[in-house]
Amino acid sequence: MSTINFTIDGKACKAKPGQTIVEAAKDNGIYIPTLCHFEGLKPAGTCRICTVKVGGRNMAACTTPVTEGMVVENKTADLEDYRKAIIEMLFVEGNHMCPTCEKSGNCELQALGYRYMMMAPRFPFLFPRRTLDASLPKIVIERNRCVQCLRCVRGITTADGKRIFGVVNRGGHVEITVDKDLAASMTDEMAQKAMDLCPVGAILKKEVGFAIPIGKRKFDSKPIGSEIEKA
Amino acid sequence: MSKPVVATASLAGCFGCHMSILDIDDRILKLIELVEFNKSPIDDIKTFTKQCDIGLIEGGCCNSENVENLKLFRKNCKILISVGECAIMGGLPAMRNGIPVKECLEEAYLKCPTVDDNIIPNDDELPMILDRVYPCHEIVKIDYFLPGCPPRADLIWEALVALLTGKELELPYEVVKFD
Repeated sequence: MSTINFTIDGKACKAKPGQTIVEAAKDNGIYIPTLCHFEGLKPAGTCRICTVKVGGRNMAACTTPVTEGMVVENKTADLEDYRKAIIEMLFVEGNHMCPTCEKSGNCELQALGYRYMMMAPRFPFLFPRRTLDASLPKIVIERNRCVQCLRCVRGITTADGKRIFGVVNRGGHVEITVDKDLAASMTDEMAQKAMDLCPVGAILKKEVGFAIPIGKRKFDSKPIGSEIEKA
Repeated sequence: MSKPVVATASLAGCFGCHMSILDIDDRILKLIELVEFNKSPIDDIKTFTKQCDIGLIEGGCCNSENVENLKLFRKNCKILISVGECAIMGGLPAMRNGIPVKECLEEAYLKCPTVDDNIIPNDDELPMILDRVYPCHEIVKIDYFLPGCPPRADLIWEALVALLTGKELELPYEVVKFD
């Protein structure tokens, strides 16, 4: 199998054919921040936090395959500020009350806020009125915290391949919805998988909450991406 | 040289951030050496008696009194700092944002099963409730933000020391948290 040579911020990198920039960067010890991306799921490119510059153009690194001789800009001041701005936009356009959220400490959006030292968003808070669905037996859908990454839509299916989650409406009214009959048949394992797949606290497994003490949660002492970065 | 003057206030907050200021433990003795306190619940001084250097604001604005108080702090403090999630984004009180005020008041004072006089309080003595809870920086200019619920004592301490001594602020990853 041939190897593709390319560079990220001037560093010579190698990629396997068909790899996206995010995947190849990871193999080369370089972290490109992602939110909607999840290993094993088809990339959707919805959040744009992985935006990199290729040939002077902004591209989503999670959907763009690496090509021979590609020159990728990743950690530039401009791109880092774009990414921080996207994180801030996600915080203001939903109702993200970290202190009251069961996912706090294990939340990828929050962890990105920490990584980018978001002390306060630069945009005004929108305080949208969104709904919560606690009618399902195994999970709660808390739309106030949803970032429309579509991970649940892409990743949670029944044994015979039917999608349990779906997306309705457009633009600012986009909302995650659920097939109630299929969701009613979810097992505990599927509910846990859905909660773990959700980067934020929009899908919660019922009858368990705040199970891990503060200080021991995923992002309490290690920044998101630090497991990828090589010194 | 006289000491820098610090004032603090709790607006629509729970006093948890003030508790976190006290959570700097024995460094509070050092703080008293470094600064003088003016208007603050810590020393119970009710009105500004001089121009202050640093104002620490806990809580967002949920009523007219919060807004007046915040504007008073802006006027009397050279540097104003939002301390904690409520000051920064409204926090728990902001969970009513998106619900019309009328609906909130009716739920609390008329429909609530534990009330029996069924009156929505309305007196000149009472501050008017705002249409929603506002983060402090949407009312006045805020210079710095210290997130957390409450902000870690180390974050408050390091930020104050950096401001007072003019040293570069170096924050360990563990101290900047939103919960």
